[in-house]
Amino acid sequence: MNAKATSLLDELRRASDQAGRRVQLMEVCGTHTVSAFRSGIRSLLPENVRLVSGPGCPVCVTAQRHIDAVIELAARDDVLVATYGDMMRVPGRRGSLEQARAAGARVHVINSARGALRLAREHPRETVVFLAVGFETTAPATAAIVLEAERSELTNLSVLSCHKVVVPAMLALLAAGDVAIDGFLCPSHVTVIIGWDAYRPVVRQFHKPCVVADFEPNQILRGLLHLVRQIGTSRPRVENVYQGVVNGHGNPFALALLQRVFVPGDTTWRGLGAIPASGLELASGFRRYDAVWRFGLSLGEDHDNPCCRCGDVIKGNIDPDACPLFGSACTPLTPIGPCMVSSEGTCAAWFKYRPPGEREVSLAQGGVS
Amino acid sequence: MCLAVPGRVVESHGGEAVVDFHGNRLQICGVMTPDVATGDWVLVHAGYSITRVSERDALATWDYLAQSGIAAIEEQDP
Repeated sequence: MNAKATSLLDELRRASDQAGRRVQLMEVCGTHTVSAFRSGIRSLLPENVRLVSGPGCPVCVTAQRHIDAVIELAARDDVLVATYGDMMRVPGRRGSLEQARAAGARVHVINSARGALRLAREHPRETVVFLAVGFETTAPATAAIVLEAERSELTNLSVLSCHKVVVPAMLALLAAGDVAIDGFLCPSHVTVIIGWDAYRPVVRQFHKPCVVADFEPNQILRGLLHLVRQIGTSRPRVENVYQGVVNGHGNPFALALLQRVFVPGDTTWRGLGAIPASGLELASGFRRYDAVWRFGLSLGEDHDNPCCRCGDVIKGNIDPDACPLFGSACTPLTPIGPCMVSSEGTCAAWFKYRPPGEREVSLAQGGVS
Repeated sequence: MCLAVPGRVVESHGGEAVVDFHGNRLQICGVMTPDVATGDWVLVHAGYSITRVSERDALATWDYLAQSGIAAIEEQDP
């Protein structure tokens, strides 16, 4: 551990003493989750400070119905599916995209939304369906390729939008009240796009502090320190410790892309259910690029494994090892739930970094005193 | 998957840029950062630059990425 981290931990211990109570903080971003595990921050925190993982892994919160729909489309002779690699192994009702590809479906892994454009140009006789996942960091790229398709009169590109926005999920978690959350460590690169002003409703409506920090361990520690200090003074507000990169208003060019191509829509989050205005749907002017409209998709319902507790993990209600499948039936090699599939999933991070047998006392369901 | 990785712009023209990530050069789209110029450092996510960053911040992030192995530069879709 470097000297700066030691100093920040000392400050955090003093701040937590001053807070004088148990504090439960949620890291919203999957990258924070992995970094906090990897660096050992969780085990170094003061006894009265606990970090829980939130719904910030886009793979983990994609509802099964979207996986089922895209697998159904992948079975068609006139369709190519393109998606980010993390989505390949997410189990749907009848298997994963990886399994569909092994059975002959044409499914392509892309690293950039522009890969879907390239596929559409290379395969003019087929329709390319882009399974588009991700939060505000990723969604502007989808908007950009839709505009590029329109500009170049490319008609065989179609988007199945699973894009989601972060703040409505934070508000929904607080409104549900299932898990005690005293403050949020907010994602850095999402906030590059949306700006830290976007978290003001969390403070205004629920009086919970929000601090934006990058994913490096010292940034995470600094973010936690600012959160605990705010809790100690009972003056919740939005703070940013990722200075010089994040601003209050976000990236206006990225936001303009989002506003031009998408409209807010109600969408279903795995574990959280339907949340109003938490999804990004293609605006009516771009309907011909919308896979739901183009193929007349009926998204149906989810049929998750009843033993899988990913929903509770995503909400911070339980730790992964409280799931009966964790580490036995559900492992990174044989994932049953999406939190074990994604490298940023909480279950995958626990499996990789958590020492066997180590358990924390859950502060969920009113455990914070 | 919201991770963005810093790189230095070595070419920039017409909304496209070539960005150097510690020796790996990739073509990226600059539609969200139209004001960047050759020599600037940017954060790149899924083939798109999302903001300019200082060289100091970029190098600090690279140090951490190199230590942790969190980010791997993969061949990118054109």
